[in-house]
Amino acid sequence: MVSELPWDSKTGALKRELAEGMMNPACKCALEAALQIKETHGAHITAVAMGPPMAEEVLYEALALGADKGVLLSDRRMAGADTLATSQTLAAAIKTVSPDFDLILCGCRTIDSETAQVGPQLAEELDIPGAADIETMTLKDDLLVMERLLDDFFEVLEMRTPALVTVSTSGYTPRYPFFTGIEDAFAKPDITVMGTSDIGLNPDCVGMKASPTRILDVYSTTANKTNVVLKGAVKRIVADLFNAYGDKIGGAMGKDLQTHEHESS
Amino acid sequence: MNDETGSEIWVFGDYRNYFQNRVTLQLLAKARDLSRKISARVCAVVFGCGIDEYVAEYAAHGADKIYVVDHPGLERYQIDAYVALMERLCRERSPEIVLVGGTGFGREFAPRVAKRLKTGLTSDCIELYIDDEGILVQTAPAFGGNLMAVIVTRDRRPQMATVRPGMFQELPHDYEARAQIVRIDPPADPPPERLRVIRSDRRPQTDRKLEDARIVICGGRGMGSKAGFRKLFELAQLMGAEVGATRPVVYSGWANHDALVGQAGKQIKPMVLFSFGVSGAIQHTAALTGAGFVIAVNKNPDAVMMKMADVAVVADAKQVCSAMIKELRKRIRP
Repeated sequence: MVSELPWDSKTGALKRELAEGMMNPACKCALEAALQIKETHGAHITAVAMGPPMAEEVLYEALALGADKGVLLSDRRMAGADTLATSQTLAAAIKTVSPDFDLILCGCRTIDSETAQVGPQLAEELDIPGAADIETMTLKDDLLVMERLLDDFFEVLEMRTPALVTVSTSGYTPRYPFFTGIEDAFAKPDITVMGTSDIGLNPDCVGMKASPTRILDVYSTTANKTNVVLKGAVKRIVADLFNAYGDKIGGAMGKDLQTHEHESS
Repeated sequence: MNDETGSEIWVFGDYRNYFQNRVTLQLLAKARDLSRKISARVCAVVFGCGIDEYVAEYAAHGADKIYVVDHPGLERYQIDAYVALMERLCRERSPEIVLVGGTGFGREFAPRVAKRLKTGLTSDCIELYIDDEGILVQTAPAFGGNLMAVIVTRDRRPQMATVRPGMFQELPHDYEARAQIVRIDPPADPPPERLRVIRSDRRPQTDRKLEDARIVICGGRGMGSKAGFRKLFELAQLMGAEVGATRPVVYSGWANHDALVGQAGKQIKPMVLFSFGVSGAIQHTAALTGAGFVIAVNKNPDAVMMKMADVAVVADAKQVCSAMIKELRKRIRP
């Protein structure tokens, strides 16, 4: 849990830096999928991150695992971007850095705002076919065959590259970096930091200015919890628990737990 | 033809798992509620082939008007075709609000529609209301459910939101209710099917016991061993509860993957949640947003899960589990 509200009430922007420094679990799975394609078909992998300068850490991690190049989109003007603005920024970066890409892989969702929107919106922005929540994929020339379980339907899907896939956390198990990989990543890191003008965007096209949504307020769901702490002898605690909350627990069970003779207290 | 004035609230008719998943009906009820404040008409929008039974259901559950595109080419849920149709209808008829069920398909469909219309979308809303200026105020979890963000789309239309199943209550079936049915022809030149569905087989219905349980008992590594974890089932049986597990527990083989509660597993919304020996990793707590009263048991009073709880019991999780089993046997009358 974050001890400080990761939100700037003046600007209305989420402070991503409090959650930075770790790669999203789903993004690790997306990188794993990329690494497997690289191993079987040969590929050049560019890892792209957008965030404050310290987000560079995840790019080191990606390089240590086997990505060939890292691109960090870091510019104050990009702050406060919602998914619409983010997808526009990422698309511009991809067109600048790697215009002849074959495949874009994204984690199916992030763990901070977990909207799962950026991937599908990026496919729209790049005007390429896209598929979400993919568990496995195989590539034959420019044909990508994918499987997913969605809404109780097992689906086999096909599309032609260039395309975009958001990778679910259930199909790929991320690998751990070898020590040599970590050494290499830090010895000769190929990481480029780019700002708004580097990717050919007008400042009005990034960050909060380009975001139709506004955050009015952020509140903690735990702040209004009374958080009663019970400690001491286990038997005593359990009796206290049922005495104080027997109505709530019994209500959910559909049974009456209240009337009980306390023979041993 | 279009004689009515006034705004419309649209609900995307997601009927693929109609009998298990009532999210469209739940959204129609919510739309009814929202419509009062802005005097809007509640409209369902449904695409498919041979879908009259759903049209009738939506009419009976709160829709004033139903836009229907019924065509063999739309028999299967197909992302490119569905997005293009929704985009076109939104451009032609300018709805004020569009609500989409947070199913797997909805979560892929809604962002694409929002992107094409260059409007805002808030996913997984747990609360929606209209403020005094007539703006849709959307509350959605952020940072693994520890925080709630209150979000608006002020200047663009439609205002879009997705909502997970089970967040709102559907209206009772009203046999007398009648809706205006607007049948729309599919486009003469449908967009190319860039993502092709080769196979789509219904899987045996996934067990939804955990998602729908009134009481859930979640166990973490603090239960110590597989035998320790099994004790939770004994407690669950006494309470009529379901047992959930954290990822380390599933990885250790103490519980099946079906029991995984978390980002990669199931979302739960019990009235009462017991959490035994769970530290509270964000991947787990993200799935607890809908839980009502939370009782956490952990030796470590500083565990995140303990801070999130209404009642934090500082004690060994296994011992508390055993003591609760004893206490309940005394308290439950035969």
